[in-house]
Amino acid sequence: MQTTAVVIGAGHAGLAMSRRLTERSIDHVVLERGEVANSWRTQRWPSLRLLTPNWQTRLPGHDYAGDDPDGYMPVAEVVATLTRYARLVCAPVRTATTVHAVRALSRGFEIQANDDLLHARAVVLATGACSQPAIPGIADAVPESITMLTPLTYRDPGQLPEGGVLVVGASATGIQLAGEIHRSGRPVTLAVGEHVRLPRTYRGRDIFWWLEATGLLAERYDQIDDLTRARHLPSPQLTGTPEAITTDLNALTAQGIRMVGRLGRVADGVAQFSGSLANTCALADLKMNRFLNRADEWATASGLDDELPPPHRFAPTHVDPRAPLELDLTTGEITTVLWATGFRPDHSWLDIPVRDRTGHLRHDGGVVTRAPGLYVLGMPVLRTRASTYIHGAGTDSEALADHLHSFLSRRR
Amino acid sequence: MNVSDPIETKETPMTITDNPVDNGVNVQALLGAREALSAAPEAAEFTWRANCTWRNGTHSRSTVADFTGLGTEQRHRTTYEFDVDHPECFASEDNGATPVEFVLVGLVGCLTAGVASVAQLRGIQLRSVTAAIEGQMNVLGILGADPDIRNGFDAVTVRFAIDADASREDLQALIAQSQKRSAVFDIVTNPTKVLVELA
Repeated sequence: MQTTAVVIGAGHAGLAMSRRLTERSIDHVVLERGEVANSWRTQRWPSLRLLTPNWQTRLPGHDYAGDDPDGYMPVAEVVATLTRYARLVCAPVRTATTVHAVRALSRGFEIQANDDLLHARAVVLATGACSQPAIPGIADAVPESITMLTPLTYRDPGQLPEGGVLVVGASATGIQLAGEIHRSGRPVTLAVGEHVRLPRTYRGRDIFWWLEATGLLAERYDQIDDLTRARHLPSPQLTGTPEAITTDLNALTAQGIRMVGRLGRVADGVAQFSGSLANTCALADLKMNRFLNRADEWATASGLDDELPPPHRFAPTHVDPRAPLELDLTTGEITTVLWATGFRPDHSWLDIPVRDRTGHLRHDGGVVTRAPGLYVLGMPVLRTRASTYIHGAGTDSEALADHLHSFLSRRR
Repeated sequence: MNVSDPIETKETPMTITDNPVDNGVNVQALLGAREALSAAPEAAEFTWRANCTWRNGTHSRSTVADFTGLGTEQRHRTTYEFDVDHPECFASEDNGATPVEFVLVGLVGCLTAGVASVAQLRGIQLRSVTAAIEGQMNVLGILGADPDIRNGFDAVTVRFAIDADASREDLQALIAQSQKRSAVFDIVTNPTKVLVELA
C-alpha cells in the first residue's frame, strides 16, 4: 500500500498530527498497535490522573468543554477524550496494527505493519516517551524473595504482597504510588534522588497556570542553555487529586512515609542509599523558590498583585538526619520494590541509523537528523517545555506538519 | 504521563565574555572541555592514581605524579608526596595526617574548587572562601570492639564562610551546586566498588 505519510501511534500526539495532516490535505494513515489511546488503556494504573488541569488539556481544534476545568482528568476520561477526538478529527486510524520495522528507501520509507508492507514519503513517530520503564542495572542484585514491579505493571496496592515496600524514585510517579501504597497499610520507604519540587497551587492558582502565564512552558528548545538536561529532568512531584493537594516530600513524611537517599547499590541483599539526601532536597527547594520568585516578579510586572493572594514561601523540605543509609532486603521487612525510575521510548523497530551513542534519537525539534521525511512527536521538551505535556502537541504538530508539507513540496 | 518537567529556571545568567568577575577559574576552558568531551567520549575516560610505600609502623608515603586522561598519559607539574600516619595518642609517631583526614581534605578541596567554578560561571565575585570540615567517628568500630559501630564516619559536616557580592540565597545555591557536581562528595556519599588484590 502506498500513502503519503504514516503516523505511528494513536495517542494524543499522533491524533494531533493526523488533524494537522488532514488540514493540509496530506493523505495519511495512523497505525496503532491496540486501540486509540492504547498506553492509557493498558499501561497506566487506574487511579492515575493527569498532572495538568483540565483547562490545559487541549488538542488542535478541541478545548476542554467539561464542567470541571480546574480538575485533573482520570485516566479513563483521558481514554474517552482521545477516543472522541479521533472521531472528531476523522483520524484514519488502523487499530490492532503493530509496526515491526521502518526502513529508509532511496525515496521514502517502507513500513512493515502486521503482515503488510506500506510505502510512504514521510513517517511520524508518535509512540510516546513512556513505552518502557527505565530500570537501573542494580535491580539484578535485588534478592529473589522480593516482588518487583514497574509503573507499567502496577495496577493497585492489592496486587502487592503484605509487608513493606521500597519505592525507588520520587518524581510524579514515585510520589503518587508511594502515597497510594502507604495508605493501603504497607509501610513505604521512598528512595529520593534528584527531583523537582513544586506546590500544586500557589497564590490561589494551579502551578501549571503559573508555568504557562510566566512564559516558561513556551520556552523554545533552541533557546534552552542545557537542552540535554532539560529533556532529562525528572517530572515534578505533583499529583492530580480532586482536592488539589500538594504532594511534596514534607506531605509524604507527614503521612508516615520514610525517606532515604538515592538507591546507589544492592550488595549482598542490602540496599545502600546515598548520603546526599539533604543536598538533593536543598537543591529542589532552591529551584522551586527561584521559580516562585520569577512568578512573583511576573505577577507584579503584570499588575496582578491586587487580584492575587500575597506571595509566600513553603517550608523547606525536612530531612530526617537519622534517615538510614542501608536497608536489608533479606529480613522480610521489605517485600516489594517498585521501580519508579523513569521511562524511555521504544523505537526498537526503527531500522534506520538515527541514534546517538546513548541510544537517543537525534532530532532537531522533532525533525529527525539525517533522515529527511522522518519526524518524532510527543517527547519531553521536543520543541518547547510544553511539549512534555498533552497540550504541547498542538503547536509541535503544527510546526512539524508545516515542515513535512514543505518537505513534500520540495520533492515533488 | 510526563517524563520531564519544565522547571529548570536559570540562575544568574552566564556571562563568559566581557566578564568583570574573576575568581581565577577559566570557565571558558571548562565549557569548551564539556563540549569537546561530549563529542569525543573516549577522551573523557580518566584514571587517577597514587602509589604508596610503607615506611615503618603506621607511617607510609604516597606519591602522586601521573594520571591518564584526554586519551593519553598526563603528568602533574611535579611529583607530590604525602606522609600518612596515625597520631601519638594511637601509639604512633604522627609523621603525617591520618588517612581519614586525607578524605576530609579531598572532600573540602573538591567542594571549594566547585564553589569557585560555579561562582565564576554565575558571575559571582568571591573575596574570601574558608571552610571547616569535621568528620565524626567512634573508633570502637576500627578497633573491632563493637560490631554495631561502623569503621567510617558517622557524619561529615562542612561549614563554608563566603565573602562575595551575592545574596545569602545565591550563596546557598552555590554550595548546593558545588555538592551536586563534586566527585569527592559523590565518592563519600555513594557506594563505590573497591577491589583490593595481591600483585
